[in-house]
Amino acid sequence: MNLIISGKSEEVSLNEGTVLELLKVKKVEMPEMVSVELNGNILRQHEYAATTVKEGDQIEFLYFMGGGSLNCYE
Amino acid sequence: MSLTESQIERYSRHIILKDVGGAGQQKILDSKVLIIGAGGLGAPAALYLAAAGVGTIGIVDADNVDLSNLQRQIIHFTPDVNQPKVESARQKMAELNPDVKVITYQTRVYSENISEMIKDYDFIIDGTDNFPTKFLINDACVLAGKPFSHGGILRFNGQTLTYSPGHACYRCIFPEPPPKGAVPTCSQAGILGAVAGMLGTIQAAEALRCIIGKGKLLTDRLLTFNALDMDFRTINIRKNPNCAICGANPSITELVDYEPPACDLKR
Repeated sequence: MNLIISGKSEEVSLNEGTVLELLKVKKVEMPEMVSVELNGNILRQHEYAATTVKEGDQIEFLYFMGGGSLNCYE
Repeated sequence: MSLTESQIERYSRHIILKDVGGAGQQKILDSKVLIIGAGGLGAPAALYLAAAGVGTIGIVDADNVDLSNLQRQIIHFTPDVNQPKVESARQKMAELNPDVKVITYQTRVYSENISEMIKDYDFIIDGTDNFPTKFLINDACVLAGKPFSHGGILRFNGQTLTYSPGHACYRCIFPEPPPKGAVPTCSQAGILGAVAGMLGTIQAAEALRCIIGKGKLLTDRLLTFNALDMDFRTINIRKNPNCAICGANPSITELVDYEPPACDLKR
């Protein structure tokens, strides 16, 4: 099906599927580091498995980003 | 208060901007900005805000300058290695612009000290690199009704969102910190130095536009860029009515410290 992912139209090898399956198909590394926005709404992680994506849906993968200063706790 | 001859000359390239003018420059001179983290994001933000004449700049960092910081933390120079970052940053800002009063806080921020620290400032810049602190800054600013700039960088990527009361907050995008084990260890991260400069500079521009009250801030929009392909996008973010901190019935009503991530790499 065709989805708009990160603003770009894209054919995804998924017929009817959930957000969880989409993350797998898109080979999103570390899905726990991603917030998914579906048609403008941010999903909670526990909703991924129960939320289906449909033709033409707009998806954003928003990654957790910290900082570059590597200022870690000891 | 009016601008002195020397200030008119120093800030002339601001003053000739129709959206700044003498009145806008005066607002900048009267403003107070707190920068949390004197690292990759805080360094360029501090330099630009000092150059712009922000009247009071607070800078918070517990650490000393490390040799590996100098690739991107451009406010610190080679002779500053092993010196406190806040002291190194204060010296550079003072030399750059004597109009600026710099207040240093050589400490980490945590739930007990952040509210007191942010209360006198007009705008806060999150230049920190870890999620416990990012969530703490978000929550403290939401509870205090203070605008702030979130900034995150990773490898060649950057993201930034400006919170302003009534608009989407960081938790509207990321409801909870990532699980502890999921956070890439520091040794896996890495960052192109110039990417930190790009993002910290955007954060400084947000602070200045918030102060002068002109233009459209990055509220309800997450700016993301990938500097490997040099591709910029803004993604619309809706304020989440069920957000745990800024929603209609918040479940978080006081500040909490999340457990800091373990890290095996020294700064």
